[in-house]
Amino acid sequence: MSVGETVIGPPARPTPAQWVRKNLFSSPFNSALTVISVLVIVLAARGIGRWVFVTADWSPVVQSLRLFAVGPYPAEQLWRIWFIVYMVSFLMGVSGGRFGGTVRTFAVALAVAFGVLAVLPISPDYLPLDTRLRLLLNPVMAVAGYVVGRRAPIQARWLPLAWLSSFALTIVMLGGFRNVALLPYVESGKWGGLTLTFLLALVGIVASFPIGVLLALGRQSNLPVVKALCIVFIEVVRGVPLVTILFMVSIILPLFLPDNIRIDRVLRAMLGMTLFAAAYMAENVRGGLQSIPRGQYEAAKALGLTGFQTTLLIVLPQALRVVIPAIVGQFIALFMDTTLAIIVGLLELLAVGRAVLNSNPAWLFRDMEVYLFIALIFWIFTFSMSFASRRVEAAVGLGKR
Amino acid sequence: MQAQGADDIIICRDVHKWFDNFHVLRGITLTVKRSEVVVIFGPSGSGKSTFIRTINRLEDHQRGDIIVDGIELTNDVRNIEAIRAEVGMVFQQFNLFPHLKVIDNITLAPIWVRKWPKAKAEKLAMELLERVGIPEQAHKYPGQLSGGQQQRVAIARALAMQPKIMLFDEPTSALDPEMIKEVLDVMKELARSGMTMLVVTHEMGFAREVADRMIFFDQGRIVEQGTPQEIFTAPKEERTKLFLSQIL
Ligand SMILES: Nc1ncnc2c1ncn2[C@@H]1O[C@H](COP(=O)(O)OP(=O)(O)OP(=O)(O)O)[C@@H](O)[C@H]1O
Ligand SMILES: [Mg+2]
Repeated sequence: MSVGETVIGPPARPTPAQWVRKNLFSSPFNSALTVISVLVIVLAARGIGRWVFVTADWSPVVQSLRLFAVGPYPAEQLWRIWFIVYMVSFLMGVSGGRFGGTVRTFAVALAVAFGVLAVLPISPDYLPLDTRLRLLLNPVMAVAGYVVGRRAPIQARWLPLAWLSSFALTIVMLGGFRNVALLPYVESGKWGGLTLTFLLALVGIVASFPIGVLLALGRQSNLPVVKALCIVFIEVVRGVPLVTILFMVSIILPLFLPDNIRIDRVLRAMLGMTLFAAAYMAENVRGGLQSIPRGQYEAAKALGLTGFQTTLLIVLPQALRVVIPAIVGQFIALFMDTTLAIIVGLLELLAVGRAVLNSNPAWLFRDMEVYLFIALIFWIFTFSMSFASRRVEAAVGLGKR
Repeated sequence: MQAQGADDIIICRDVHKWFDNFHVLRGITLTVKRSEVVVIFGPSGSGKSTFIRTINRLEDHQRGDIIVDGIELTNDVRNIEAIRAEVGMVFQQFNLFPHLKVIDNITLAPIWVRKWPKAKAEKLAMELLERVGIPEQAHKYPGQLSGGQQQRVAIARALAMQPKIMLFDEPTSALDPEMIKEVLDVMKELARSGMTMLVVTHEMGFAREVADRMIFFDQGRIVEQGTPQEIFTAPKEERTKLFLSQIL
């Protein structure tokens, strides 16, 4: 700024009254719209409120919380799932402490959610004291993790590794081993509820991402055979509905395998979902790859980088950044697509809902409550994902340039 | 006739190139000595960019020989990588890596190609930023810099590989007039420091001041070459005269 220039501050912020006049009642037509909208909202809120708190009977939900959470997982082995949940809370705390920002927001939200669950006004028959205490242990773990994340000199790159190992540990903990007394085998037919929904979605996301990236790179490859294989895979999978793929993997695949090889049902569903998601991932990533200008490749070549280094250091970091919104959108779709596993006989969240409705004749007409509850759970997680995606986009500067 | 001497760092003999059926380079023969500064100019589409890009094999040639610092350019991948590490290039559009900070743009190749330790690469990067006059920009992203600053980063990035030859393809053509000088000043300093340079440019002031030789390109051929003195005061060819009268 040059010397002697007068400093002009930004215009004063409008008062609430000014804001209301400008935004809600700027013309007779707008005023009418405002009034009508408010009326509609009030009426709808009253109707919904009355239904939720008076008409609806939430007992199928309230009395089946454990089923919704873990399905038919054996009660005496439940500590294994608690262990996983504590681990996640702790790692969220560490990550929140280490990175701050949005990650911390998520850690806090998770801890608060567990705190709220622990004090829900539900009869101790359905939410006993020990469960409440276990739920409450999660905020404690999160805080402990947070302190560790703030204090301990943890290098940022270890945390993704920790998350990946926790993921592997999760699968080990859930399944156990046939000949280990401490962790007896729990067949995957006993996995269910939100736990299974999460597991399907996470495996699909974690596995389809690298496969999709490789497929996208393969599709651009100079080697004709690799390129052809990738194109055929992508186009075939994308041309077939997920339901069909799940059926094929579940029913047709075993027919081709020798009798002594039996692939687990959950594993088959995971395989189908992963392959399906990978094909779409590949197309998303391809969009990103195409957005990289030729000059970037030329500059990398001119510096003497190899093709592999160019892909890893120059092309992928930029390409993936461009397609974050598309990728997250796809993750969200995948999360919701886990409900299709119901057709191959898996007891994920939606299937548990149906099982609950069928388990008690008195609940036959309570499907509205049960499905709304399931919808709410899905909404909470998908909303969190798109919220996180928007924050990540902002953090890497998309749309600023 | 040019004899091949130990001092010749680039030797091109009868180089031809086709884009499909289009004959872009029609027999280029040229020898550049160490520390020589060669300015290439000529009308648009005459093949100037294509020619200097054959020297680090961003484009391949189909006939003739190119020998850079004793290494013949063939399809042998090891030769190509060896050449690219020795030849720096600066592009019209800068081509900085937008996702990397300025300092990381510069240290990338020393770390990954030369396998230098990070600290050593960063020390050199800071020296180079000092040399091109923008040490304070080290931790910004390219998108936060002006065009002139970006092009100076691009020069520093190329220099970080400690190349023996620097190629410039119209390095100031994408710049606003007030930024051209800051880039040319860096290039002049580089020329005086003894770097071998091939520069495609129409900045005739720069050519007059630092070029050892000027080469006029037209339709894929070298039409005329000589010292700036010769080219500016007594061009032999009609086409050279006509072109100079248009741009001066
Ligand atoms: N990849 C390509 N494929 C086909 N034709 C090309 C390709 N690159 C360049 N050409 C053509 O080759 C000719 C020479 O191009 P080149 O870029 O070398 O010219 P130039 O002298 O650098 O021109 P300018 O001053 O416009 O940069 C042009 O006619 C151009 O259209
Ligand atoms: Mg050009």
